[in-house]
Amino acid sequence: MMIDPVALFLLLLSASTPILFAALGELVVERAGVLNLGVEGMMILGALAGFAAAYHSGNPFLGFAAAALAGALVALPFAALTQFLLANQVASGLALTLFGLGLAAMFGKPLEGVKAPGMAPGPFRINWIVWLGLAMVPLIWWFLNRSRSGLILRAVGENHDAAHALGYKVRAIRLGAIAFGGAMAGIGGAYISIATVLQWTEGMTAGAGWIALAIVVFSSWSAPGVLAGAWLFGGVTVLQLRLQAAGVRVPVQFLSMAPYLATILVLVLISARQKYSRRAGSAAPGSLGQNFHALR
Amino acid sequence: MIHLVPRSQSSLAWQFATPLLAVLATMLTGGLLFWVMGHDPVAAIRTIFWDPLFGPASSYSRPQLLVKAAPLILIASGLAIGFRAGIWNIGAEGQYIIGGITGAAVALAAYPAEGMWIFPAMVLAGALGGWAWGMVPAMLRNWCGASEILVSLMLVYVAQRVAAWMAFGPMKNPEGMGFPGSRNLQQYPPASNPDLIAGTGAHWGVVAAALAVLAAWFLMSRHIRGFHIRAAGIAPRAARFAGVRPATLVAFCLGVSGALAGMAGLFEVAGPAGQISPGFGSGYGFTAIIVAFLGRLHPLGILLAGLLLALTYIGGELAQLMMQLPAASVQVFQGMLLFFLLGFDLLTRYRIARRVAA
Repeated sequence: MMIDPVALFLLLLSASTPILFAALGELVVERAGVLNLGVEGMMILGALAGFAAAYHSGNPFLGFAAAALAGALVALPFAALTQFLLANQVASGLALTLFGLGLAAMFGKPLEGVKAPGMAPGPFRINWIVWLGLAMVPLIWWFLNRSRSGLILRAVGENHDAAHALGYKVRAIRLGAIAFGGAMAGIGGAYISIATVLQWTEGMTAGAGWIALAIVVFSSWSAPGVLAGAWLFGGVTVLQLRLQAAGVRVPVQFLSMAPYLATILVLVLISARQKYSRRAGSAAPGSLGQNFHALR
Repeated sequence: MIHLVPRSQSSLAWQFATPLLAVLATMLTGGLLFWVMGHDPVAAIRTIFWDPLFGPASSYSRPQLLVKAAPLILIASGLAIGFRAGIWNIGAEGQYIIGGITGAAVALAAYPAEGMWIFPAMVLAGALGGWAWGMVPAMLRNWCGASEILVSLMLVYVAQRVAAWMAFGPMKNPEGMGFPGSRNLQQYPPASNPDLIAGTGAHWGVVAAALAVLAAWFLMSRHIRGFHIRAAGIAPRAARFAGVRPATLVAFCLGVSGALAGMAGLFEVAGPAGQISPGFGSGYGFTAIIVAFLGRLHPLGILLAGLLLALTYIGGELAQLMMQLPAASVQVFQGMLLFFLLGFDLLTRYRIARRVAA
């Protein structure tokens, strides 16, 4: 079997893009101290809204804008629950995923079977959205590590009480981060429906949002780490698809398990390293998953 | 300007009131949604919540209530135990699927033998399969610190593919004329799980669900392990000082909830579903999470919540049939219900007060 390394790399870039967007968004959210398990729900709604907008307008880029908007909007109930009603973040995130999956399935019915307008490839035959995703990596790295706003966002995530005492608006900053995470997840989901599958099918994100959550852990909460994780995942996906196409004598179902098993494997390895490393403590933001309630 | 004052003890009155409020708010919002989509909101809500019990076709739909509620209650009883301790098994759907497969495997291996031992052996195998699938995230968390949330969820996707492989491969019915799917266990009496009293929908899963509720109640309010679980959930550090070992709790909670989900899967495959098909697994594992929260993680609450969510399933099917409402609207309803529930939960833990000028 001949495998052209350049073609393979292009496929890897494409396969990793949805996860890259969603994981970068979640990275910012978690750095602000919020654990949003609703990524899968926001992605699927982005996939639907993006597809619908692209189909009706004929312009894929309008689709991505709509997807970002839909992702950010559907994240708002989660933000309200966790930031203002002090609800448990794990449960609220799950609710967001279940709600998003249901909503997308409900509104997606009329769009089943229609085809999205094709996208013209960008420079080097690589989709513009893939370029955007790649550009977001240094951008988010710079924002988190070199900008003043990023420093404040990280302060809120490390110790919300201290940040509050310094006068930073913990809830407003987290609200912004959650909306940004939703928009990024929406774009990631839309990449699946608009740029790769070109169709809408129920449940088409197939756990990509959960894999994105795992990749944030894998990255030790850093943007370059997220890119590495997304590429690792993209590599496994492309490889298993290639093996399926080549008709390897392994049941298809086993090959399609590979991305999920690989996710578990990297999650285990990285968690074990964090658990048993000499440096005390994990790389997770200090206030991750905890609710903030200012008594004064 | 209003603000929130934490209560020193959560309010008992609100604990009862919030689930009701959440259901009411869901009905209102859901009705609004249907109205926006061009349906009669009152008729839609009545079709979903009232007609399955008292409507013209209720003699058909009432038994379905137990059929749908049993797996939800069985799974949610287990999940709630872990949720109390802050151990998040959200992969019950996977444990349900694997339990169905291991249980069915016993039946298919025994086919066409006769014997009273077959069905109990299947139940045991189903529970063991679910237990084993639940122990994977437990052990990975205990040994490596991997998040049980993500691992248990990833294993759902793996389990779905195992089911598909089984239906197309090892478990395929040799007399099935090439169609995927195992033998139908409903046609193999020693392995089937029919209504114990014809026409009621009460199969062995319903009995197991009732027992699970009782056992969970005993565990949580009368047994030292239940006390440890509650202590670990409220004050993990204090619990550790008191000698509660987190690793033991993780293994216990994921093991028990896995075993219960596995049993639910077995009762389903031997009863209503009848066979392992490529798409075995119907989302009960995820809906059970909502049941657990709606029941306030309390065994008796879960019993009621399971019946209510079973009602929405049946009502949703009815509404799809009678009013052409989309099938997924039930899922939207269930998600919305969880949203409202988590939101109103604030009232049990906080008091709303007017801010006094300093």
